[in-house]
Amino acid sequence: MLIKLLIANRGEISCRIIKTAKRMGIHTVAVYSDADADALHVQMADEAVHIGPAPSKDSYLQAERIIEVARKVGADMIHPGYGFLSENAEFARLCEDNQIIFVGPPVPAIDAMGSKSAAKKIMEAAGVPLVPGYHGEDQSPALLKQHADKMGYPVLLKAAAGGGGKGMRQVHRAEDFDDALAAAKREAMAGFGDEHMLVEKYLTQPRHVEIQVFCDMHGNGVYLFERDCSVQRRHQKVIEEAPAPGMTEALRTHMGEAALKAAAAIGYVGAGTVEFLLDTDGRFYFMEMNTRLQVEHPVTEMISGQDLVEWQLRVASGEELPLKQSELQINGHAFEARVYAEDPDNEFLPATGSLNFLQPPDESDYVRVDTGVRQGDKVSVYYDPMIAKLIVWDEDRPKALRRLVKALSEYRVRGVTTNIDFLYNLANTKAFKQAQLDTGFIDKNQSEIFIKDKGDIASLLPLAALYLVLNQEHRQLSLTQNSQDPFSPWQSLSAWRANESHEQQLDIQIHDTLHQVKVLQLNTAAQSLYQISGEGFSVQCQGHIEGDMLTAIIDGHRQKVTFSSQGADDEEGCSLYTQHSALHFRHILPDLGLLDGDAHGTGLTAPMNGTIVNLMVKPGEQVSKGQVLVIMEAMKMEHSLKAPSAGKVVEFFYQPGELVDGGAELVNFEASEN
Amino acid sequence: MPRIESKINTKSQEFAVNAEHMQAQVNELREKIAQIRQGGGEQANKRHTDRGKLLPRERINALLDPGAPFLELSQLAALDVYEDYVPAAGIIAGIGRVSGTECMIVANDATVKGGTYYPLTVKKHLRAQSIAEQNNLPCIYLVDSGGANLPRQDEVFPDKDHFGRIFYNQANMSAANIPQIAVVMGSCTAGGAYVPAMADESIIVKEQGTIFLGGPPLVRAATGEVVTAEELGGGDVHCRTSGVADYLANNDHHALKLARDAVARLNRVKPVSLNLSQPQDPIYDARDIYGIIPKDSRQQYDVREIIARIVDGSEFDEFKALYGSTLICGFARIFGYPVGIVANNGILFSESAQKGAHFIELCAQRKIPLVFLQNITGFMVGKQYEAGGIAKHGAKMVTAVACAKVPKFTILIGGSFGAGNYGMCGRAYDPRFLFMWPNARISVMGGEQAAGVLAQVKRDQKERNGESWSKEQEQSFKQPIIDDYEHQGHPYYASARLWDDGVIDPADTRQVLGLCLSASLNNPVEDTRFGVFRM
Repeated sequence: MLIKLLIANRGEISCRIIKTAKRMGIHTVAVYSDADADALHVQMADEAVHIGPAPSKDSYLQAERIIEVARKVGADMIHPGYGFLSENAEFARLCEDNQIIFVGPPVPAIDAMGSKSAAKKIMEAAGVPLVPGYHGEDQSPALLKQHADKMGYPVLLKAAAGGGGKGMRQVHRAEDFDDALAAAKREAMAGFGDEHMLVEKYLTQPRHVEIQVFCDMHGNGVYLFERDCSVQRRHQKVIEEAPAPGMTEALRTHMGEAALKAAAAIGYVGAGTVEFLLDTDGRFYFMEMNTRLQVEHPVTEMISGQDLVEWQLRVASGEELPLKQSELQINGHAFEARVYAEDPDNEFLPATGSLNFLQPPDESDYVRVDTGVRQGDKVSVYYDPMIAKLIVWDEDRPKALRRLVKALSEYRVRGVTTNIDFLYNLANTKAFKQAQLDTGFIDKNQSEIFIKDKGDIASLLPLAALYLVLNQEHRQLSLTQNSQDPFSPWQSLSAWRANESHEQQLDIQIHDTLHQVKVLQLNTAAQSLYQISGEGFSVQCQGHIEGDMLTAIIDGHRQKVTFSSQGADDEEGCSLYTQHSALHFRHILPDLGLLDGDAHGTGLTAPMNGTIVNLMVKPGEQVSKGQVLVIMEAMKMEHSLKAPSAGKVVEFFYQPGELVDGGAELVNFEASEN
Repeated sequence: MPRIESKINTKSQEFAVNAEHMQAQVNELREKIAQIRQGGGEQANKRHTDRGKLLPRERINALLDPGAPFLELSQLAALDVYEDYVPAAGIIAGIGRVSGTECMIVANDATVKGGTYYPLTVKKHLRAQSIAEQNNLPCIYLVDSGGANLPRQDEVFPDKDHFGRIFYNQANMSAANIPQIAVVMGSCTAGGAYVPAMADESIIVKEQGTIFLGGPPLVRAATGEVVTAEELGGGDVHCRTSGVADYLANNDHHALKLARDAVARLNRVKPVSLNLSQPQDPIYDARDIYGIIPKDSRQQYDVREIIARIVDGSEFDEFKALYGSTLICGFARIFGYPVGIVANNGILFSESAQKGAHFIELCAQRKIPLVFLQNITGFMVGKQYEAGGIAKHGAKMVTAVACAKVPKFTILIGGSFGAGNYGMCGRAYDPRFLFMWPNARISVMGGEQAAGVLAQVKRDQKERNGESWSKEQEQSFKQPIIDDYEHQGHPYYASARLWDDGVIDPADTRQVLGLCLSASLNNPVEDTRFGVFRM
């Protein structure tokens, strides 16, 4: 066994690898950028070496620099994690040249799977089923469209060099083809420096089911069953689970063997994942093979009882696979939910900021949290905004799902917007409980996931309002308790008024809608009673707050719900978790007019840190309302800034290629008089 | 501490009749207040809010700590006093918490006659200031007023307790480090201009607040200069050029936020040197009071039943229970604060008056606040009692009440007649706060007695002149007197004229006392020096 391992990565996967390596008695070396000097993975590793500035192209993607570091510290082995250099054949080759073991497949295997079109040819030859599509070299738009027309819509455009949803577009109508192609190419070019496109038949209700394979250098190969990753948004996985619901033993064997066949076809060694689309009729098609450890590998670990990182390290050291196929079995059910700093209400725009408060659910045999951040850490613009992977296990799917829901409701994050409410609602949908999964799951169930139903909102608003009112009083309490007048009726009488009942109007924003809720405090001797009313409801409430738990009695119905506020102020957002759903809301405070008189208050500021991609108009040009003025790229997504009204651009403050900070003013815009 | 055992049967017919009677009075009170809360009426309110201004009560709510109480004072001020409709005398005053500090808030209501000062507006403003001064409460003035009501200038301007006293008080409170903060949210003309100018810190809303000694019409008349209100005294002028105001606010909400910030940095610590304990609710329902107070005010009841529904845990440690039993004295707690309670349980005799004086001395010595529950027809009269020196014994109690420097709180829970009013800490004896129940009556003596006395004098006169006077004639002579006394002794009549600080729902008495007690503790309790007690 080798004794010094360098991890060419950051965040949760670095931490994950370090944990196993430590258990195996392997000395670990982390690398870090300027932004990560105090990061958790740096703290956890035995040694850590600085490799460059924050942007990943200057640090974590600096193959030669990392090799140099590995040589300097005398590392025998490099684990690339996922992302960054994990599927970079050039890097694997550099390792080989420097007599450092690359924890991953041999260079030719990476090469073979690196280009999706080439991969498909190999798979076709090996007899692995493929989705109908065009994978040719001729990239003329007319020809691509011709192929699309022939396959019939919808079709999917994919960057040949891509992955993770970038450079990918669904096209549902022939007339949209050209625009989609242009956009996909632009993203592909920006993302991978290669605009080569594939066109494929788009299956309308497919499931994304992938097989975990493992091969050693001695010709052995096993599959560690499947994972269902159907729940996706924009081709990014959201919740993964294993085993796949409804999977039969026969189909599992069939898919497992097809996956091993695919691995064998390229002489694969190590951990790999073969992704299939599983159609409603039970047919499955090869999509791609990922020649690395997947983000969602923990669900496989939970049901198989194996440590895949340990397997990787052993195989890389030349050992045989620890177990044979017949020795592997599925035990129970596992889910993984990806907790992200992002705003589900705002097209999942990545969020940045400081994790002022971070309290994951308690870990146990049932709950596992893989994370690379601690309280106080920053979620920066430079890297993937994932906060953690929340993994749960139990004997069967319904039990595991209950664990997931509970754990999500216990996750507390302040300082950045997260997708926790979104995950909670998703996991609570009827369709998810019944495992009606396909890749269009989120679109199909969005009214449930985003709580858009008026009745649902009317039942949740009183809870939100009661919480806000009680929380106001709670804040008073802390003022009083620290004074010389600790039992002051100026606190305990809440909003008492002489000869009248105090009425307060609360403006509560849910998604983009403002709800006006009236709270009437009914004076009673003992406990405060509130009449809470709004559109479609009027209820009598009382309750109290203890920690983050609100006990509410609404029209005689006693219930307990938990709350999680995003900041010290309810205006920064707050989530409430009932048994069935999570509601994110903000208490909108009166306008203090602080933005009045700001001549530039046009909202043409960068929504987050990023890069200017293109200026769509020339200074001085007259534009109409809604016309795109600037395209910027942030978090690997394009965002367009539109004219707030008719008018003219006086000046752009940044040029294409320039980095901008979130909130920076991009345009001097002059609205026309009318 | 011993607990009062209630002997009230809440199921009895009598209880139900009483309760219904009191409920009707409370309902009437709430309806009156609801009407008064509408301010200058729908049209005036709309004109006000259309300018982007908040109504005065909305301003106060935005200024207060969210979820905290507001003890509004003299809600019935000026009720049915003037021919003009001047609800709440056009000014809202009360105590509330701002940034954790109890403050006196005085807000003009510009929807009522442009917020101009009627005589009772001045009186209410001055009363609010005097409460602030006695209890060491920072003052926040939300100014939106056209100044003195010109047609009534003779009742508003020249005398000691007229308009000028407002600024005298501001200066002297400021000197005593009772902060004076003005928020100019509308006009602030002539004398009114001195409110922000005399303030320690002042905030003005831009393009809305104006401060000037003479408005544009007066300037034009005097000098021929044509100028807009904004140019003459707007926020920009005063914050950038004149320095009359210190902070420029964008709108009402912003101005109130700035006022909250101003209070937050006052560096005040409330010194509480009482022996506190965890508050407990009374074990009896406060609403029982409705059924306890007899519908017929001449009927007796045990005032301990009322005390049991006001004090913590209904616990009351009675002092000298066996002596002078028409005056109940004893120790209790309200919201955890120790208090001495003095309550009438019948007419005052020499013994009761001496006991009262003794008890007040105890509380003053120990610095325990005093609560007076006043229901008194007067001191006993008659040859035997005069000979027994009831006047000097009564004087002892009056001396004790007058000199006691502990915070005193008076609630008129029934009659307040004659010298009983003095001994039981009436308005003239400077209680920190004085409230009335809707069933209370106040006058120099009862209407019946007054009519009887006057009729007797008249009859004596007639008889001297040898004229006859029939029973019917006597009755028609007495009735207008009785009616007048009833009208003028009514709490609304009293409250309209600021003889009290407000009429309250009897069921709210504990809350009101608790808030007043707590507010009064902002001023450390002084030592008492009593005058000469006539022995």
